[in-house]
Amino acid sequence: MSDKVTNILLVGVGGQGILLAAEILSETFLLAGYDVKKSEIHGMSQRGGSVVSHVRYGKEVHSPIVPEGEGDLLFGFELMESYRALTLLKPGATVVANDLCIAPPSVLMGQETYPADLAAKIAELFPDSILVDGQQLAINAGNARAANTVLLGAVSKRLNIEEKYWLEAIERMVPKKALDVNLKAFAVGRSLA
Amino acid sequence: MKEILSGNEAIARGAYEAGVKVACAYPGTPSTEILENIIRFPEVNASWATNEKVALEVGIGASFGGARAIVTMKHVGVNVAADPLFTLSYTGVGVNGGLVLVTADDPELHSSQNEQDNRNYAKFAKVPMLEPSDSRECLEFTKLAFEISERYDTPVFLRTTTRISHSKSVVELGERVTGLPEPHLVKNPAKYVMLPGNARGRHYVVEERTTKLSEDGCTMPINRTELRDRKIGIITAGVSYQYVREVLPEASVLKLGMVHPLPHQLIRDFAAQVDTLYVVEELDPFIEEQVKAMGIAVIGKEILPICGELTPGRLRKAFGLPEQALTTVEKLPGRPPNMCPGCPHRGVFFTLNKLKAYVSGDIGCYTLGFMPPLSAMDTCICMGASIGMANGAVKVLPPEERKKVVAVIGDSTFLHTGVNGLMDMVYNQGPATVIILDNRITAMTGRQDNPASGHTLMNQPSEGIDLPLLCKAIGVKHVRTINPLDLTECEKAIREEMERPETSVIITDKPCVLIKRDGVFTPGTVLEVQEEACTGCRACLKIGCPAIEWIPSSGKRGRAHIDPLLCNGCDVCSQLCKFSAIQEAKNER
Repeated sequence: MSDKVTNILLVGVGGQGILLAAEILSETFLLAGYDVKKSEIHGMSQRGGSVVSHVRYGKEVHSPIVPEGEGDLLFGFELMESYRALTLLKPGATVVANDLCIAPPSVLMGQETYPADLAAKIAELFPDSILVDGQQLAINAGNARAANTVLLGAVSKRLNIEEKYWLEAIERMVPKKALDVNLKAFAVGRSLA
Repeated sequence: MKEILSGNEAIARGAYEAGVKVACAYPGTPSTEILENIIRFPEVNASWATNEKVALEVGIGASFGGARAIVTMKHVGVNVAADPLFTLSYTGVGVNGGLVLVTADDPELHSSQNEQDNRNYAKFAKVPMLEPSDSRECLEFTKLAFEISERYDTPVFLRTTTRISHSKSVVELGERVTGLPEPHLVKNPAKYVMLPGNARGRHYVVEERTTKLSEDGCTMPINRTELRDRKIGIITAGVSYQYVREVLPEASVLKLGMVHPLPHQLIRDFAAQVDTLYVVEELDPFIEEQVKAMGIAVIGKEILPICGELTPGRLRKAFGLPEQALTTVEKLPGRPPNMCPGCPHRGVFFTLNKLKAYVSGDIGCYTLGFMPPLSAMDTCICMGASIGMANGAVKVLPPEERKKVVAVIGDSTFLHTGVNGLMDMVYNQGPATVIILDNRITAMTGRQDNPASGHTLMNQPSEGIDLPLLCKAIGVKHVRTINPLDLTECEKAIREEMERPETSVIITDKPCVLIKRDGVFTPGTVLEVQEEACTGCRACLKIGCPAIEWIPSSGKRGRAHIDPLLCNGCDVCSQLCKFSAIQEAKNER
């Protein structure tokens, strides 16, 4: 096991299930034998605001938050929030972003417009990025609500952790009745190049 | 067994393992989840109190009765609990009744109205304070805090910050202690009745206790010297310790687990072993000033910020280390929090804005009534302040402006400390209008029950306080209950009561849309915009509902669209549409 700490940032909009995804990541790293820390802000952010969750794993982790500009992997649940969070990443970092746009209040009210071409802008700054149509792939797998698990599958492919730990963490964290569809969605995400 | 727990979960676990019998709190970010997790352990009697002062008093009673008790609150909650706290320091705790008070501070104000540093309370009230640096220490320090409490006959503070309470890390679980003595009555009035004659003597006891703790702190394992490179020595505690280890891995560190009282000799010894001494701490120069008062040269706030939380990057900058070049992105629309679709507060704030009221606000989800487009809140200071402040304002304003003053307060906040303000207003005949936004829950902190909700923390049915009856009993002559989703009724009621030159109370009667308990909230029929009827007048956008989106490219000048997955069918938007373009959706979701 190397001493290097891997830094993951999960970003999106309050209510998207970011905290549960961060829980599954943390559980996986714990099962794989790593030290893990995870940090996020509850409270105000739950009311539809921007959410950032930090997950760090390695032999020994100190700071619970990812040091500025040292994110290794961005796990984005919403496009504009993914683009906003690029400032947290180190050069050459990996981006796995959901192809979903959720309009913020100023756009809903017609005062501002949702920025265009964000996917291309992300790819230009971070060539190692993949845009995932989480919703559609989840529908294909059997349930639109498993979009986060599709993304998780794509994230898992980009981290050097054995698949069995991911599956065990999902089994522990996901309700029994939703397990099958989530395992399927995870496999779909994992198969994405 | 190893588990990954948040600081709050670990404190709950630590309290359980310490044999705690009573846990009491008022919800407040970032402390709330401690009590929410403690209910997993049926051995602990856990309850929400009406406010933090009452919570601490419940804890004191349990302690004097001979049981271990934990009381938790956010930093500003300690302001409310300060009255019993300062004298509890004099009485000490009950026999075998350790008492731990958790204060969860919020540097950076992630979800608070100020960023006060509650370490100052430890020094001010002369109460020892432990400060964990991760979840493992949250669990261990909670258990240790009870031992210190009983050994030194003192309440003990456990201080967390948001980054400790809401961060998860790996924890080793233990077993609950057994064999603690059963609680029973112990009379000792000379110790527990703080009349001047008794309290004078107790003050000496407090001073001796603090001196003893400072000396004993030098050998406590939680105050730990880590010698590495001697060029830089850093005194630190809490989450700052983690940032120091992250950014300055070679530096020598004096890690303080007890931040009050400070272990003076240990600090002198450490200072003597390093070339340059620093204190790395968030917020106030609490440790730094005391080290300087000891005559030791130390660098602290000369390079570190007093405002906001520390981060690895900010620490790097303070020490002049090379900073990461950050990727820059285009300026983006912000994404502030918003009231939920169907929130019963929305129509009230729309109406207050329309009537140009001067809104004396309070703490809760409804503080978001400040945000545009509702923009209907003029003041917000602390829990329960809206009513007292409204009463003060009407004392000085000219008659025409006096009418504009409306206090707005939630059900839980009203029962927390707002009711005292209302008593004062009635007693002193203040002519302001008070709106109690009764949504049956303490919503902002994540839907906790309260004395008006009809349920306890342990999910037992309870007598829900009858708010209209309570207001009448206080002496309010004009109490009316309205449906806040009916804009006509809402405007009529608020307009009439604003005109009335007497104290009046309006209670809104619709539940929070997030309440999951069966039968409390039922969504209405989902609405949709009839495209042919929508003229693009934008009237429906004035309530700022997250379910309504402006589509500039639709029609000649744009049209509104309702997201059927978000709409809760509250019907407020359709009342604003002069063209009847918003109708019940034909296809139910």
